[in-house]
Amino acid sequence: MNFVDIALWAMRFTVLAVVLGGTIGTLIRSRYGITEWLDFLVFGVTLGSIYAQVALGYTMVYGVLRLINFAHGDIMMTGAFAGYFVATATDHSGLLASDPFLAIGLTLLVSVAVSTTIAVLTERLAYRPFRHVRGLAPLICAIGVSFFLEQTFRGMFGSSIKAYPDLHWTPADFVIGGYPIPKIDVLVVACAIISMAVLYAIVHHTRMGTAMRAVAEDTDTAALMGIDVNRVVVFTFALGGAMAGIAGVFYAFVFKQVYFYMGFTPGIKAFGAAVLGGIGNVPGAMIGGFFLGIVESVGPALFFDGIGITAPYQLRDVIAFTLLIMVLIFRPHGLLGERLAKQRA
Amino acid sequence: MTHLRSSLFLGFAFGIVALHLAVVGLLPMLNQRWIIIGTLSLGHGTLLAIGLGAGAFAARYQVRRLSTVLHAAIAGAIAALPLAALATVMLHVNLRWMFIALSPDLLHMLTFGLAAPIGLGLLMFAGGALGVAGCLLSWAPARLRHALIWGCTAFVIAGVFQELIQIMMQANDWTATIQDVLYTWEGLTPQGAAILFLCGVLAGGGSGLLRTRTAARGNGSPQAVRRRRSTNMAIVLAVLIVFPLVAGSYIGQVMMLVGLYILMGMGLNLEVGLAGLLDLGFVAFFAVGAYTTAILTADSAHALASYTVLPSLTIWEAMPISVLMAVVVGVAFGMPVLGVRGDYLAVATMGLGEIVRVLVASDFAAPLLGGAQGILQIPRPAIGGLVLNDPVALFYVTLAAAMVAAWFAWRLENSRLGRAWMALRDDEDVAQALGINLVKAKLLAYGLGAAFAGLAGSIFATMLGAIYPSSFQLLISINVLALIIVGGMGSLPGVVVGAAVLIGLPELLREFGEYRYLFYGAALVIMMRIRPEGLWPSPTRRRELHADDALPETDGESIAMAAD
Repeated sequence: MNFVDIALWAMRFTVLAVVLGGTIGTLIRSRYGITEWLDFLVFGVTLGSIYAQVALGYTMVYGVLRLINFAHGDIMMTGAFAGYFVATATDHSGLLASDPFLAIGLTLLVSVAVSTTIAVLTERLAYRPFRHVRGLAPLICAIGVSFFLEQTFRGMFGSSIKAYPDLHWTPADFVIGGYPIPKIDVLVVACAIISMAVLYAIVHHTRMGTAMRAVAEDTDTAALMGIDVNRVVVFTFALGGAMAGIAGVFYAFVFKQVYFYMGFTPGIKAFGAAVLGGIGNVPGAMIGGFFLGIVESVGPALFFDGIGITAPYQLRDVIAFTLLIMVLIFRPHGLLGERLAKQRA
Repeated sequence: MTHLRSSLFLGFAFGIVALHLAVVGLLPMLNQRWIIIGTLSLGHGTLLAIGLGAGAFAARYQVRRLSTVLHAAIAGAIAALPLAALATVMLHVNLRWMFIALSPDLLHMLTFGLAAPIGLGLLMFAGGALGVAGCLLSWAPARLRHALIWGCTAFVIAGVFQELIQIMMQANDWTATIQDVLYTWEGLTPQGAAILFLCGVLAGGGSGLLRTRTAARGNGSPQAVRRRRSTNMAIVLAVLIVFPLVAGSYIGQVMMLVGLYILMGMGLNLEVGLAGLLDLGFVAFFAVGAYTTAILTADSAHALASYTVLPSLTIWEAMPISVLMAVVVGVAFGMPVLGVRGDYLAVATMGLGEIVRVLVASDFAAPLLGGAQGILQIPRPAIGGLVLNDPVALFYVTLAAAMVAAWFAWRLENSRLGRAWMALRDDEDVAQALGINLVKAKLLAYGLGAAFAGLAGSIFATMLGAIYPSSFQLLISINVLALIIVGGMGSLPGVVVGAAVLIGLPELLREFGEYRYLFYGAALVIMMRIRPEGLWPSPTRRRELHADDALPETDGESIAMAAD
């Protein structure tokens, strides 16, 4: 048992200690009541649905191209920005108040159009030339594209934080069994489930979806079978971009903030969710996303508060990143994935 | 027909670039910078370059005929089309609430201050003319083209960096008289531009002659090469030592920042360039070095000296300890991720780096590390009784540290360990099969790379006098990675070039500071496309990346003869 194994076991032990110790500590202290836990849970599911949608983009692109599209989080940001202008327009014209579903639908439409276009453009200009290059080049290009998108949007729209309009739904909550659940969260989760169901249907029940899965399994053989790989890749990016656009709008409605850097951290976390579920695996990404959302929402209160850490919400990102790192080290093929991950290297 | 289509497409591509620059807000900002005052601004220069480029690219693979000139003209005019369209839209609709960069200044610039149809027509005509000029330029003999490029570069650089050059020239009397001839207020005078253009042309011609003369003489024996390289290095060193004294303290500060990034770049070069371990959590080691120095030396409540029995140390004593701590953290980072490869390693190390960043800024670690307020009152280094307070002195400290580090890096690169790293980079499994202890090699890579970063962090802490957690963002890791990529992975001179271009230039062009990451992003993609080995690559790297270009021609005869 050399020292590397010792270190890895120490890591597992520390994480387990924090998780178990924190949970026990929190339950003993019982600082939070049922309402609070339910709040955390509902928020976690909402956040998770958003992460799941972004994770789907990552997982599909990775499956088809074996490329981590670092810029995917920024594509979500572009969708959120596009939606911002439509949403404020509908708010000013009163459409948001009178017919919120139509207004949100319009917002989603424009956002999806913009994010899909940008996703397809980035593939065409920045990723296609490096399709057959091994090594660091595709990753570097992805980082470059990420910067480029962020800064372009900063230059075009300014670096101030923009606020999505409030939906002014009174009462703002559904009351189920005596506990309040915010209507916006229900809307976000419902729409996310619908869009993920549509995506699943596309991937498993259409010819293009079958082509996607074929290319993900073995690109060369798929090409030999007569599949136009370029078209499949463009379609994959378009699908991923659309999901990211929807996720962006909902992220902005929930967090009410849009700014040029907003896509980066959710993007990395969603990548963690995709790896957790099994990279290249569509249901895996969905499960991973929900899991990550719930853990991130409930975690600070459940783990950190229990072991006495002050201001646990500041360390919220630590939970997500620790989860990401643990998955990458100990189970790179994720919960549902085949051993694609080891092949890649 | 296809030539026409490609010209249209090229022109449109260049036009979109121009449109992007306008909408993002760069074009109006470039317009503020004068090259020749009153006549030629950097914005105009950019548009000129775009027009010329469109024409030159359109004519590149075509025969020298009149129709090609026409195609180039069309390309240039099409390049101007998106801008003209933008200006037309701006005249009728106010889009400023959405696109904040579409200001009246931009409109004024695009229409040359004239009424709409005339101004825009002029714009398109100028585009066409530039296209023709670009086409002719690409057909011109190489000598003429190089002379023109040298001349233009000379006066453009003199104009763009006029602030610094003017400061330097004001020091001396006879340089001050030259300055009056060349410059006025914020830019060159027309005669100054002409003079500099001529100087550039002469210099270009001279360097061309020099190159042909040395090529004719031959490269010389290995001893001669080594001697030449040592004299080159000595000259560069002398320039580096003398330049900040001449150029003022602002340049000294910029050079110090460049020096810090060179230090970090050499460390990441060990990890990424030599060992192939893509480490995006590099900023964590930088932070460890900085915070260790801070808590050992600071004169505040967060210093270890104020609540333990440990004495308060000087910077010189704290530096080795900071480096040691950075090595420990480096090895600690490396141990869990030994089995992770490729892109996953990048993301895993990024996650580790982000965890460190969040922890450092959190209230949880605030008692030790100062939280969001950071740690203040870090003293400057002192030699004997002399406190090194001004940027130039600190630059010399950085230079000394960088030279020591460079020596280490150079010796490591050519050592057994360095070769083990390169084997590891090329193929881990084969390296292991050949008997290289992967664990040891990787941990040494992480540790030694972290050591450089720790040293840089220590100097950073004392340079600023106070450290805040917001200085340790992921962006720094990506900065360092970018400068290695642009300069050339695995090559030490490449690190210097990369740092000068990616860190030094934006610092000198301060007002474009907001757009530096835009340039980084574009530069990364473009570099990967046209010159993946970097600006100053190591020879092996260049060979590897262009192996296919250099395959010798085989002809049937030689094979047949070999078969005999």
